This record gives sequence, C-alpha cells and structure tokens, in this order.
Amino acid sequence: MSPCSRDARLFWILSASALIASGLLLLILVFLAKESWPVIQNAGLSKFMRSDGWYPTEGAYGLLPMLAASMAMSALAIIIAAPLGVASALFCRFYAPPLISRMYRWAIILLAGIPSVVLGLWGLTVIVPLILAVSPPGTSLLAGSIILALMILPTVALTTEAALAAVPMTYWQGAAALGLSKEATILRVALPATAASIYAGILLAVARALGETMAVLMVSGNVVQLPSSLFDPVRTLTANIALEMAYATGDHRASLFVSGLVLTALVLALAAGARRSGGQIVHA
Amino acid sequence: MRESRAFDLSSPRAAWRDLSLQAAAWFAAAIVAGMFLWLLFDLLWHGAARVDWTFLTTTPKSSGRSGGIAPILASTLLILFVAIAVAAPLGLATAVLLSEYTRREGRLGQMIGLSLDVLAGVPSIVVGLFGNAFFCVWLGLGFSILAGGLTLACMILPILIRTTESGLRQVPDEWRLSAEALGMSRATILIHVLIPVAAPALIAGLMLGIGRAMAETAALVFTSGYVDRMPASFLDSGRAISVHIYDLTMNVAGGDKNAYASALVLIALLIIINGIAVALADRALTRRVSAA
Amino acid sequence: MTKSTGSEPGQNKPAPATPFTVSPIVAGPTCCVPECQIRIEDLAVSYKGVPAFKDVTLDIYRGCITAFIGPSGCGKTSLLSSINRLTDMIAGCSVEGLISIDGQNVRDPTLDVRALRRRVGMIFQKPNPFPLSIRRNLEMPLREHGLTNRAELDSRIEKALKDVGLWPEIHGRLDAPALALSGGQQQRLCIARALVLEPAVLLMDEPCSALDPLSSGVVEDLIESLRGRYTVVIVTHNLAQARRIANYAAFFWVKERAGTLIEFDFCRQLFEAPKHELTAAYVNGQRG
Repeated sequence: MSPCSRDARLFWILSASALIASGLLLLILVFLAKESWPVIQNAGLSKFMRSDGWYPTEGAYGLLPMLAASMAMSALAIIIAAPLGVASALFCRFYAPPLISRMYRWAIILLAGIPSVVLGLWGLTVIVPLILAVSPPGTSLLAGSIILALMILPTVALTTEAALAAVPMTYWQGAAALGLSKEATILRVALPATAASIYAGILLAVARALGETMAVLMVSGNVVQLPSSLFDPVRTLTANIALEMAYATGDHRASLFVSGLVLTALVLALAAGARRSGGQIVHA
Repeated sequence: MRESRAFDLSSPRAAWRDLSLQAAAWFAAAIVAGMFLWLLFDLLWHGAARVDWTFLTTTPKSSGRSGGIAPILASTLLILFVAIAVAAPLGLATAVLLSEYTRREGRLGQMIGLSLDVLAGVPSIVVGLFGNAFFCVWLGLGFSILAGGLTLACMILPILIRTTESGLRQVPDEWRLSAEALGMSRATILIHVLIPVAAPALIAGLMLGIGRAMAETAALVFTSGYVDRMPASFLDSGRAISVHIYDLTMNVAGGDKNAYASALVLIALLIIINGIAVALADRALTRRVSAA
Repeated sequence: MTKSTGSEPGQNKPAPATPFTVSPIVAGPTCCVPECQIRIEDLAVSYKGVPAFKDVTLDIYRGCITAFIGPSGCGKTSLLSSINRLTDMIAGCSVEGLISIDGQNVRDPTLDVRALRRRVGMIFQKPNPFPLSIRRNLEMPLREHGLTNRAELDSRIEKALKDVGLWPEIHGRLDAPALALSGGQQQRLCIARALVLEPAVLLMDEPCSALDPLSSGVVEDLIESLRGRYTVVIVTHNLAQARRIANYAAFFWVKERAGTLIEFDFCRQLFEAPKHELTAAYVNGQRG
C-alpha cells in the first residue's frame, strides 16, 4: 500500500472515531430526551415543578423536594469543604514542614481516589450512628453533607494548591520588600490573586456534589420531603433515580429520565460557570 | 500612612490575625487528616481480618454475608475489559486526530474538545440512565457485562482522550517535521515514533481511566446488574465489586464485615493502579527531559 | 496608494524584480558549471496575511553550494521550506510565485509531495534523529519509499554513513539508540538520513548553529564534501562559514516589514565587492 493511501485511510479512521466520540454527548442527550418525552407529552413539564409530592405511579411528579434536598446537601457540603479545603492548601504550602506537607498532600490525593461507595459504607457504619445518638434517625441531610464534604474537599484543596503554586515569585518578593508578614501576604496578595481559580474549584466541587449518587444514597435516609432540619432524612435527585430505576416502568420511568435531564442541566451550568472563571474540568 | 499600619507586625491586631490564620490552617489540616486516618483505620480494622486468599477465591454465601468475592472480581475484570477494549482504541484515535490534525485553537478541535469536556461533566448516574436506555433496552443487551462495560466506556472516554492528547502534544514537533521532510507518511511516524514516545503518558491516562471505572457504582447498578454468580459470557449479568459493596451495605443485614473486606480489596487495587499511573507519568516526564 | 512606512523620501526604491543572473565569465569554482536547477520567480510567502518575504527571484545552480545570509526574520527559512513544500504543514501559510526544480513546477497541486521530498532532503537547525536505533533511523525512510531488500538496505545504510564519515565511529553499534550520540554525530546522522534516499537537492537550515565549535567544523567539512554531488542550499548566520563553503550567496534584508532579496552573486563577489550598500554594511559587520 502506498504511503498516500495509507494516510488517507488513517485519516478516515481517525475522523470516524472522533465523530463517534464527540457524537456520544449528542446521543446521550437525544436518548435522555427520547425517554423523557412520553411523560412530558402526557403530563407536561409544569407538573414537575408542582408541590403535590412525588407519587409517580399516580401522576404526581413534584421534583421540588428532591431538588431542594440536592441543593441543600451540596450547599452544606461546600460550606464545610471550602474553608477546610482552602485551609488545607495553605497548610500544605506555607505551614507544614516539607515531610508532613508531602504526606498530607498524598493523603488528600488518596482521599480523592476513595470510591464514593466506600465513603458511603463508612458514613453509614460510623457517622450515621454518631448522628443517631444526637437526634434520630441518623440517616440525614447532615450525614449526607459530611460525607459529600469529605468527597469534594480534595477538589477544592488541590485546585487551590495548584493556583497558589502558580502565583508568581515576584509577588512574594514584592510583598517581602514591603515588609509584609507571611500571613498578610497570604491574605492580601496570594488569595486575592488566586480568587478566580479557587472560585472555579469550588463550583466544580459543587457540581461533583450535585451529581454524586452512591454516598448520598447510602447515608441520607431517602425520604421524599422538604428538609426542615439538619437531622431530617432526605432524598436527592440522584438517589431517587438509583432507587426507583430498578422497577420503574412507563411514565414513571420517563419521569426519572426527566429528573436526569434536570440534574444534568444543573451540573453543566455549574461546570460552565467554573470554566468561565478560569477553571478546568478536573479529571483527577 | 494609616493603611500601612495595618501591615505592621508590631501592631497587636496584625499579630493576632497572623496567629489565628496559622492556627486555622493547622486546625483544618488536623481535622482533615483526622477524618482520613479514621476512615483508613476503620477500613483496615474491619476489613483486613477477612481478606485472605480464600476470600478472593471463593463464591459469596448467604447473599454475601460470608464466603468470598471470586465471581465479583471476575465480573469486575470483565466489565473493565469491555470498557477498555472499546474506549482505548476509540480514545487513542480521537486523541491522534485532535493532536495531529487539528490545531489547539482551531474550530474543529475546540468543538470536539468542548463536547468531551461536557461529556466528562455529565453525572455518572445520568450516564447510567443512558446506558440502560441505549445499551440494555434499545440495543437489547439486557442487564449484562457488555452493557455495563459499554456504559463505563462512555464515562471514561473523555479522560482517556484528554490525557492521550496532551501526551501526544508534548512530543516535540521536530520529529514530525523531519519525518515530513523525508517524505514519510503520518501513519509511519505515528506508529514508530510519536506513539512509542508518548506511551508512558498514554498508559498513565489508561490507568486513570481504569481507576475511575473501577470506582464507579451508580452507572453500573442498572446496566450490568446485581447477579453475583460467576459470569459465563459477556451477555450475563455480573456484579461489579463496587455494586457488591453497595448491596452488602444497604440490602443485606449483617453484610458490613464483608462489605469492608471488599472495600479494602477495591482500594488496594486502586492504589496499585494509581501507583503504576504515577510511576509511568514520572517516567514520561524524565524521558521528555532527557530527549530535549 | 502607497502606505507610509516611515522610510525617507528619495531613498532609492528596490529595483523591479529581475532575475539575478550571473554571467558565466566571472571565474568561479571549477566544479560549478552554472546550470540552473532550481528556479524561483516572484516568490512570496505570508503567514496569516503577514508577509515573511516577497518578490524573491533567483536561480540555484546544480552541484553548487548556495548560502542564504541575512539577519533573523527576513524569510530565509521560509524560503527554504517552500522549496520542499514544508510550508504546507503550517496552517495559515500561503505561498505565491513560481518554484521549479529541473523544470518541474513544485507548487503544482497534483505533484506527489512525497516524491518531491525524496528528491529534496532537508536538515534542520537542531539535530533531530528519531528516538530509535541508528539503524532504524536510516532504514525507516528507505522502507517507507518501498525498499525492503535486507542486503540492499544494509549497503545503502553503510554507504550513507560512510558519506558522512560516521561509519568508522559507529559501525559496531548500529543498534545503539541514536539519541546517545553526541550532538555533532546526531547532526551527521540526520544528514546521512537525508542522503540515504539519494536526493538531488539538500536544504540546510543553519545546520551548525546548535553544535559546539569542534562538531561544527566537522559538519562544515562534510557539507563542503557534498559539493558537486548534490545541490546544497544552506541558511547560515555564520558569515565566515558562508564565505568558506559557498559558491553563491544571496543576501536578504527586511524592507517594508517583509524580507527581500537584496543581492545575489558569486560568494566571493558578494563578500569582496558587494554592489549594494546594505550588503556591504552587513558583510562588514556594520549592520544586522
């Protein structure tokens, strides 16, 4: 075979692969829409935003309690994880002795790699009984938030640390020349300079929290209700899909696909926000 | 003049602020490290006692409360095999197109890249929904190892492509130019030079993808299913190890002990895979430096 | 219609492009029977609309060494890579004008670029052997062009290595990695890799500038030894080197933000009796 025709064939194979890979997203969206369509046609989208509860077999598709639970849990998780994550990054970069810093960083990376189902297992057997001792039933919004916080903390810590590492040396020298203390430099120079990246990291972490299923499913009790306290059991959008998909049929099944679409829209909006403020989709 | 006093070390307010920031950093680190060690300790404490050769090589008994995880490991490996066998060639080819035939700032490359980044952001449970609707129902694969593996392939494709692409882009242009100047085909230079040079980076990306796939649960629950028998073919339902942990925790009273043991096995596998990935990435880096 | 470029009025405009033909009466090296092999007419190259050089017309003579000299950024490398159409690789690069080698139009869209590049070898500034064994480096281009006979491959490789003087140094370790060679050896290997395809023309883009002085001298001697067998076009910043090895020299300068050919002549003529004041200033080290 001549080199030219070989190259032409190579190009076609590559193009076909790229077409499949980039068409996959479209295929996923099309299939989600296709599977959702029956219930949208029968019931209309407005039904999903009504507050008459989630009884999909009886035609009541109120997603609001679960949407609220998802958002509340993610918000709470990031309220816990963001300060801890940023402080972890500061600790790692500025305070820890080199050896401890290395070990700590290694621990954070390992934490990022722990499968969510393992975190869920640990949450259910360790955290939930502790919460139960304070206020039953233990499986609750709080338990879900704590486990989620543990899960997304590495995202915040690692993006913050990477951003701090990228602060130009001249800033530090300039601050030192002005006689600023280390803390003053961190607070007034380093953190403001990296604010956009930290913010992007936080948005990505929230997106991850919203999309997380297993850990949340295992520790948060799965009762469809608007949470009124930290100790209420709640069901998130993701948990709902995982719980009911096994047996759902007809419009019920279709309504789960609608909740999947809603979830995807939320997560992608956050990821887009993160991208715009200079963050990158963190693959690790 | 007044502002500058705020930075003054001797001012008691500044000194207090400096001290409290330092304390906060140590305190946060202590909490995080404490939680992490607690988690690790629990995993080892509950799991280590049960993990032995018998556990790895026997079948689960009484819904997994006792017995081992041999069929679960087999299913996990088969699902991974399907996912990698599909995603790796597809990912490699797409990455080659992105790095060799499109410019980073070019329209086509940007569009493919954007669609991959969006795909990477889709929650795994939603990928699972798609897998169920497309592979299980529409293609008629049912709850099977094949359907689960294909679903995971969709999930890890973006990370495979992005790591492979960046690995290839790091190969210096001089070899492409000299090959071109010698009238050689792009296929030859790719196969004999570019891909071998980028291989450590490619394998590191592959390992990352395998790690991601192995940790995944949500996308598998309703694509590859729950059946904990030893799979006989790719069309059998098979229970992945992460699904096994989930099932033991949630649906089997008294399954905690074996759940912890399985979790320990899963994490050990992940650490091994991750270690390989890091070592290879380091090697890719040193190789690049020595080649320059 | 004329754009204000800040040049002073009354300064003599560049002469309308005429081929710089050299009368054969002027004495030159004996090897050099001036027979035009590469003809370049009104050539212009631009990147995304920004011209690199324009209005270049010159002839390159068979079997001679032609040096392109001039300051950085005056389009010498662009000119060189438009001869083997390596400019095709660069996005946004457009070429206008005529280049022909032995009467064949290089810019013909139906031309087999691979065949062209087989006839026109190129050596880059930085030695860039493939990260393979020495043997594979030389073998790959040959196999690519359809030669698979083991004995023939070996004899071609041996011949190319002998041509560049590497054979005595490395014939015992042909399977060692090419990147383990020294910089000068790597560059000679790259030249051997071009020669193994038996090209007619060799384009060299500052082949010695990334090497230490000793290796640079060895490579320079090698280039000189190619005279007569190959048509060599060499871009160099080293004026002394150009003076030592070239038969012809072309001097480029940036005018109106684009590279322009100022003077083309016998090398000795250009250095000793330049016709243009810019050339005189440059070769005497007063400008550039």
